[in-house]
Amino acid sequence: MMLLEPLARLGRSGLAALAGIGRANLLLAAIVAGLPELLLKPRLLIAQLYSIGVLSVLIIAVSGFFVGMVLGLQGYYVLSQFGAAESLGIMVAASLVRELGPVVTALLVAGRAGSALTAEIGLMKATEQLSALEMMAVDPVRRILTPRFFGGVLAMPLLAAMFSALGVLGGWFVGVGLLGVDDGAFWGQTQAKVDFREDVLNGVIKSIVFGVVVTWIALFQGYDATPTSAGVSRATTRSVVHAALAVLALDFVLTALMFGD
Amino acid sequence: MGTTRTTEILVGAFIAAGCLALFFLAMRVSNLSAAANGDGYALMARFDNIGSLKVRSPVSMAGVRLGRVEAITFDQDSYQAVVTLRIDAGYDRIPADTFANIYTAGLLGEQYVALDPGGSPDYLGDGDQIEHTQSALVLERMIGQFLFNKAAEGSE
Amino acid sequence: MGNGLPAAANPGSALGNADATTAGTVSDDAAAPPLVRIRGLRFARAGKVIFDGMDLDIPRGAVTAIMGPSGTGKTTLLKLIAGQLAPQAGSIVVDDEDVHCLSRRRLYALRTRMGMLFQSGALLGDLSVFDNVAYPLREHARLPAALLRRLVLLKLEAVGLRGAAYLMPAQLSGGMARRVALARAVALDPMMVMYDEPFTGQDPISMGVLVSLVRHLNDAGGLSSIIVSHDVPETLSIADYVYVIAEGRIICRGTSAQVSTDPGPRVRQFLDGQPDGPVRFHYPAPPLADDLLGNGGRR
Repeated sequence: MMLLEPLARLGRSGLAALAGIGRANLLLAAIVAGLPELLLKPRLLIAQLYSIGVLSVLIIAVSGFFVGMVLGLQGYYVLSQFGAAESLGIMVAASLVRELGPVVTALLVAGRAGSALTAEIGLMKATEQLSALEMMAVDPVRRILTPRFFGGVLAMPLLAAMFSALGVLGGWFVGVGLLGVDDGAFWGQTQAKVDFREDVLNGVIKSIVFGVVVTWIALFQGYDATPTSAGVSRATTRSVVHAALAVLALDFVLTALMFGD
Repeated sequence: MGTTRTTEILVGAFIAAGCLALFFLAMRVSNLSAAANGDGYALMARFDNIGSLKVRSPVSMAGVRLGRVEAITFDQDSYQAVVTLRIDAGYDRIPADTFANIYTAGLLGEQYVALDPGGSPDYLGDGDQIEHTQSALVLERMIGQFLFNKAAEGSE
Repeated sequence: MGNGLPAAANPGSALGNADATTAGTVSDDAAAPPLVRIRGLRFARAGKVIFDGMDLDIPRGAVTAIMGPSGTGKTTLLKLIAGQLAPQAGSIVVDDEDVHCLSRRRLYALRTRMGMLFQSGALLGDLSVFDNVAYPLREHARLPAALLRRLVLLKLEAVGLRGAAYLMPAQLSGGMARRVALARAVALDPMMVMYDEPFTGQDPISMGVLVSLVRHLNDAGGLSSIIVSHDVPETLSIADYVYVIAEGRIICRGTSAQVSTDPGPRVRQFLDGQPDGPVRFHYPAPPLADDLLGNGGRR
């Protein structure tokens, strides 16, 4: 019996994880089912676009610009050794649009907005606000979670586009402005090599997927949190960690599907 | 009420900025601006060897981009590459005896089609073929030739 | 499964006292069916049985108190009545509708006729006091803005907080938050209001305010009220009928006067706050000597 205990514990945690995944999927279905109601009350969505999107713009813009500048600097030193400094634009733009834009934006949003969502929902649960809504005959999933979910899903690609655009400008600033790469070559080479459908649209699709995953995880962790202060704090940590891991793992899968032919 | 209004304005600005960023990525960073004017007209050119020329490689004259490579096919009868060049609609006065070369941008850069204008009063139109072409320079072949010449000089 | 627990098995009445009083409370309202009728309720959570075959009636138009020590599932009972939790067996009928057989839509419609005052107030933190009270009205009634405003201010006036209409919940004291929540709970003029520990943690003044408010709202608004509480004197002072539950069973029922003179030892211990009695002071444990001498046998 003693020997079987670790095995039983493994089984228990496995079953608990499965049950969690099941609950998360049921929650997602309930959230999406609230979409028609949300369309009738766009004000709720606007409020969430504000707190998830607008309030994240500053950190996204600053990080994007700096990431682009670093790419420009590093890329220049490598490329100039091969006499191909003109290709700097391609390197900066392609890596931003395909990978860094969607991924870094998703990680930043998970840290800034996702954790806030988890804490907010968890506290609403702990302070019985969700129960109170139910008692007022208002479905808390549709009223509270659905607008947040679609707010996140809509904000993510917009934020990722800003990140990439500012990143390219950052790379241009360093490459053309400081290091003397030819302006025409920078843009010309970039335009010649970065494909709209292949690179830009795939990046947008990636960031929409990340938007779904990050907000879903954040909302589920909040909604499923143990309604105590320790429970909410654990849920917030889990929200960020799970979202980051999910984004990185999904990025690999999506990249393999999109660019791996 | 004032705060709701501010929120709405900021959200509107946020969406506009996001779309602007996407537009920037589409038009300035990617090739959508070039692909968008898919009108223009097509010219054909046959090359013995196109090197590493790709679809969407630029087509330029005097260093200015006039269009791009639209398609590359292989002619089994002549064993030549048939390259379709899509020239932007604005550039409609390319002389009929224009010369098409495949050059390399920089030592290791990508290859592109460079057009050298001839002196003919007639202009090329949609579907016309450029008669005079020069193949891509293949580095290995050049080095081989160079060594061969050196060897020949040495033996003399 | 439910049929295995006949109502007759309810042990509540077995504890002496109850027969006469039961007849008293229920027969008064025999003409009208009770507002809430609970039969054979069985509910267990995390392996712990909270209710086992409980029967309970809540009459219309009265203040009914459900009292008992902490952890006896009083709040759970309210959530069961509101349909937020589902019992393993038994039925809960509210105003002739079986709460746990209703479709979602019907259940939500029923809830618009129920109000609940949560222990913490549970005001929505990002809305002002005015918007909190207006929330159920905006959700369920299409009213012109001017009428809505008048209604909300009237509700706030009833709880004495019209002046606080534009404060945020975070700026309110605990007692004020509870009064705002009360105004919200009655915003839709429900047929019943459930109070979850309304007097806990209040200073004597706000306790007095809440006690009189509960009574006043019940009588002026023609409501039925259910109070769940362990604050004995306040609750007995306003309740028309009282149930005392312990360990998942009803151990005493009757009017407030009947209950306060009930001789049952468990009831007396609870009402008089004796530290030791049928409910032991000590959590179940092996004899102290065993634990101290290290052969208690745990681990």
